[in-house]
Amino acid sequence: MTQTLETPTGVPMLLNGRQDRTRSFDVADFPTVNGREEEWRFTPVKRLADFFEDAGTDAKLTVSGDLPAGVTVETIDLEAARAHGILEPEDRPAAIAAARAGGVTHYSISADTELDEPVIIRANGTGDDTVHAHTLLTIGANAKATVVFEHEGRARYSELFSIVVGDGASLTLASLQMWEDGSVHLGQHDALVGKDSSYRHIAVSLGGDVVRLNSNVRYAGPGGEAELLGLYFSDEGQHLEHRTYIDHNTAKATSDVMYKGALQGKDARSVWVGDVLIRPEALGIDTYELNRNLILTEGARADSVPNLEIETGDIEGAGHASSTGRFDEEHLFYLMSRGIPEMEARRLVVRGFFHEVIQKIGIEEIETVLSEKIEEELSRSVL
Amino acid sequence: MTTLSIKDLHVSVETESGTKEILKGLTLDINSTETHAIMGPNGSGKSTLAYALAGHPRYEVTSGTVTLDGEDVLEMSVDERAKAGLFLAMQYPVEVPGVTVTNFLRTAKTAVDGESPKLRTWTKELSQAMKDLRMDPEFAARSVNDGFSGGEKKRHEILQLRMLKPKFAILDETDSGLDVDALRVVSEGVNAAKEGSDLGVLLITHYTRILQYIRPDRVHVLIDGRVAESGGAELADRLESEGYDRFLVSA
Repeated sequence: MTQTLETPTGVPMLLNGRQDRTRSFDVADFPTVNGREEEWRFTPVKRLADFFEDAGTDAKLTVSGDLPAGVTVETIDLEAARAHGILEPEDRPAAIAAARAGGVTHYSISADTELDEPVIIRANGTGDDTVHAHTLLTIGANAKATVVFEHEGRARYSELFSIVVGDGASLTLASLQMWEDGSVHLGQHDALVGKDSSYRHIAVSLGGDVVRLNSNVRYAGPGGEAELLGLYFSDEGQHLEHRTYIDHNTAKATSDVMYKGALQGKDARSVWVGDVLIRPEALGIDTYELNRNLILTEGARADSVPNLEIETGDIEGAGHASSTGRFDEEHLFYLMSRGIPEMEARRLVVRGFFHEVIQKIGIEEIETVLSEKIEEELSRSVL
Repeated sequence: MTTLSIKDLHVSVETESGTKEILKGLTLDINSTETHAIMGPNGSGKSTLAYALAGHPRYEVTSGTVTLDGEDVLEMSVDERAKAGLFLAMQYPVEVPGVTVTNFLRTAKTAVDGESPKLRTWTKELSQAMKDLRMDPEFAARSVNDGFSGGEKKRHEILQLRMLKPKFAILDETDSGLDVDALRVVSEGVNAAKEGSDLGVLLITHYTRILQYIRPDRVHVLIDGRVAESGGAELADRLESEGYDRFLVSA
């Protein structure tokens, strides 16, 4: 029998109306979290108590990065941010993050700007105080840019990240979670994708004790394209959770979601929940979402839940795929029987597994960091 | 010249109904200039022999010895056996998505030789071997066994044999599922590997068909985990006409 990594495990489920979920900047609209809620049931909420408390600290991440011509940063207030049409928080930590951030850090890429090189912004954590942040990234009409947020150091970080993509613009936004052990990162990355624009969101989560990222997309007009890519590698005791939500609220838009993750070690956890809502007005849209997990050792667990909610049949396509496979005896035997030592065999299989998503990222800086970090993860491997 | 020597080999596997002994004292010597065919009916232990020699963890050697020029093979890990010169062409090779044939072959060659192959000669040799095996050049860029047809998988196994240049190749029912043309191409591949250097071949097969293309020096009939009879190529011809019945009746 041929052994493959592709054993389907995910079962599509009907949502209880994703559009009915509360959205608000008012913290009081979100009851405190107990872990039994549908959207929190996979999350270790006990380790996140400080993020549910509506209290601020002065703690910030240390942010550095060179901004090229055409890109500015300033602090604005929530009113001004909302004037850009940003979406409201969808859960309590995101609402608290916005309320306690002390202003919105607004990165603006002016219309028609074309950046050849990625803008790299490093956000460094330096302690255990809870950090709240609200970031806004706007890219003007017909501009083209790649922006990378690299998170490093040690932090307990909760953010609302609002993205507004202008008509005809093209934005790639990468969020790299390279945190040190002991870190926690909760985030809601919300994009409003303009008419005929292209938005790519890349989530790479390798470090941190708990990472929970919600990456959401809604369209401001027809013809928008959204691509959401994710790569994660969960080690012993690590919880890496990614949720994507594509709200197809306009006609003729596309979305493509691809998340791949590897897990190794005792109690290594990953969660992927991919929600797609196709509203009655979303005529002619095309959507596909995929999540694959590779379990390298015993004791790790990956949850993968695709949810497709279709309110119109008049679409180009809607599909999903989800699977969790195991690096098994047969793989190891085949590669080792060609002289390849066990460690190298694991490397080869993991690199191959991630290849599909890495080649889609197409940002050299990230690819370099990724191959180094994946090597590092693998060398930590508990064999 | 190297000698692979198997003495009184007993091998068990765990099954749902408990431990089952498959090989019950198999003895066989082969040197690296010879081709031996191991034939036998289903369940006689042919594949078990192949996997046990390669060191698959599911097959437990309970007694007996396997040596390669006196070196204890059973003490070696799976990759060490490959480095020592053993190669198993598998009946069901696994898929490795995202790893190209080129990358895989180079990684394996580097592991087996302890140094990476010289780029220029390697590339030339690889494209020649692929041409001989009637493999399209684009094949090299495909993921290992991923979406390969049965015939492509077998060619890919023989491609590895050609490139890795082991001392002994165990071909586990390489002929199964191949049409006449593919069988000829694959057989020619094995013969080409033999011409290039010393290569002992243990050809495990149920049918005599492949022996028309790869002539064996010796033929061993495996019945119930032991060699029931050994002979020259003429033994295969006799099996062709008589089948395994006479062994099964006496067993």
